[in-house]
Amino acid sequence: MSILVIAEHDNKSIKPVTLVTVAAAKEIGGDIEVLVAGAGCSAAADAAAKIEGVSKVLLADNEVYAHHLAENMAELVTEIGKDYSHILSPTTTSGKNFMPRAAALLDVAQISDISGVVSEDTFERPIYAGNAVATVQSSDAIKVITVRGTAFDPVPAEGGSASVEALDIVKDAGLSTWVKEDIVKLVRPELTAARIIISGGRGMQNGENFSLLESVADKLGAAIGASRAAVDAGFVPNDMQVGQTGKIVAPELYIAVGISGAIQHLAGMKDSKVIVAINKDEDAPIFQVADYGLVADLFKAVPELDSML
Amino acid sequence: MKVLVTAKRVVDYNVNVRVLNDNSGVDLNNVKMSVNPFDEIAIEEAVRLKEAGTAEEVIVVSIGPKAAQEQIRTALALGADRGILIETDIEAQPLGIAKLLKAIIDKEQPQLIITGKQAIDGDNSQTGQMVAALAGYAQATFASKLELSGDSATVTREIDGGLEVIKVTLPAVVTTDLRLNEPRYASLPNIMKAKKKPVDTYTPEDLGVDITPRVKTLKVSPPPERKAGIIVESVEQLVDKLKNEAKVIS
Ligand SMILES: Cc1cc2nc3c(=O)[nH]c(=O)nc-3n(C[C@H](O)[C@H](O)[C@H](O)COP(=O)(O)OP(=O)(O)OC[C@H]3O[C@@H](n4cnc5c(N)ncnc54)[C@H](O)[C@@H]3O)c2cc1C
Ligand SMILES: Nc1ncnc2c1ncn2[C@@H]1O[C@H](COP(=O)(O)O)[C@@H](O)[C@H]1O
Repeated sequence: MSILVIAEHDNKSIKPVTLVTVAAAKEIGGDIEVLVAGAGCSAAADAAAKIEGVSKVLLADNEVYAHHLAENMAELVTEIGKDYSHILSPTTTSGKNFMPRAAALLDVAQISDISGVVSEDTFERPIYAGNAVATVQSSDAIKVITVRGTAFDPVPAEGGSASVEALDIVKDAGLSTWVKEDIVKLVRPELTAARIIISGGRGMQNGENFSLLESVADKLGAAIGASRAAVDAGFVPNDMQVGQTGKIVAPELYIAVGISGAIQHLAGMKDSKVIVAINKDEDAPIFQVADYGLVADLFKAVPELDSML
Repeated sequence: MKVLVTAKRVVDYNVNVRVLNDNSGVDLNNVKMSVNPFDEIAIEEAVRLKEAGTAEEVIVVSIGPKAAQEQIRTALALGADRGILIETDIEAQPLGIAKLLKAIIDKEQPQLIITGKQAIDGDNSQTGQMVAALAGYAQATFASKLELSGDSATVTREIDGGLEVIKVTLPAVVTTDLRLNEPRYASLPNIMKAKKKPVDTYTPEDLGVDITPRVKTLKVSPPPERKAGIIVESVEQLVDKLKNEAKVIS
């Protein structure tokens, strides 16, 4: 068996979810090769070559892959992927964009967001917002899979010494063009990589009040998340949404502030090691998953917490 | 132009889904079924295009059991013009569904196809991308803003790091994210009118599409349960527990 892992990277370095995806590949077993596609991404390929357990890195460095446009990425993955038994990518908005397209071009199913490997063709994945876990078996010759970022322990980023092979494959479907992006500047750890997360919900009342959480986050080295309601109301940007249809996180400590605990929110954080809920409504469902619940007005409790840290 | 939208019949998002004791699936008995929430957003977007005079006709497609007619009627009540039900009792998977939708695209030649980004039952997030692949069309997934001009669409996409804007050539497939619009409620007169709108029914065989599942569900289990925690009396006690019991802060 040979497995192709498609790296998530920022041209210079490899994102931690890539290491999680390699870990899933290791559980499947077989030769692991990593594809680094982008424009000006040779440094990322060099970093990928150091990942433990990787035997070869394929580098597709061309303008056409600059923003991982789905049409071009899918054609690239389809062309090189047909020689592998498995093609894996992290379940990120990038992987979710081009992987199903590649699967359809290969005429195979995709198995989305796996949380466990049972055997080379059988996998576990959460369904119904994590209210059930399905064990599924694929009968396709090539298994196209996206991997849940919280489900496997990352392999070490160092320790390998794979060769880097530059590919001369240029796929430009000419169907779409990238116009611009509005990337939120991170001043704190990335949500999906943070050890501690403090999230605010509708109870925060407005965007300015998130400064209460920022102060606590800075003391704890935490990332800040939000519920859908807080994003919909415009308190904070979309990249902060945790949940079934936002980001899936599993930090050591998750502090939910003014969040009721709807199924869709729980789906994104209930695998956290320790959950704290601060809510003024003692019947809020969030308390059913919280290790430590505090029934209190957040506008009193959060500043108090801040002063004690 | 014609706009094609999809409406999947799914367990309502408010239902707390339970796994069956024999691990064969989840309990769907007497459970409220609805249009997938992301598809409501797709329907709303298409109807707004029609109201703005950009779209001439909005066609809604659902694939599922006969009862999926209800979801088509809902879409018609929200403003779609006609429906297509592809009736099957097989629990079709995204690749098979995409092939069925491709067959409808060949018949109807829409300029724009709007699907949800994700069905909240299987949480696959695949179908729109697969349809685009099979049709050879551009795709713009996770859309929070859609602007059409001439033969292209400019789409703002919600991505992990923030927002991205891309321009796609039409025909194209757009998949909706939560913030694309706020779907309206159907009015009673529109619900009555919807009953008279045409709905065509096909089977996968009629369309010559093989939807045999490639992935078999061996079992469905409940997720690991969390142990119930405690209610602390004060912030002070909370900090103490986090430091000395859970040892997650220092
Ligand atoms: C298709 C779909 C997808 C969705 N995806 C997601 C998702 O990915 N992520 C997500 O989070 N949601 C998602 N949702 C939305 C979800 O159903 C809930 O509506 C949402 O999570 C509610 O957010 P909230 O808890 O902040 O708001 P609310 O439910 O309004 O809760 C606010 C809470 O704040 C408390 N509060 C208010 N004031 C104070 C105060 N002063 N002090 C202390 N507590 C206070 C209240 O007691 C209440 O419990 C989705 C919904 C749908 C239909
Ligand atoms: N059986 C179906 N009938 C109609 N539309 C569907 C069906 N399955 C999926 N879709 C569409 O594809 C989107 C993504 O579904 P999925 O890939 O299953 O997450 C949904 O939001 C629907 O718009």
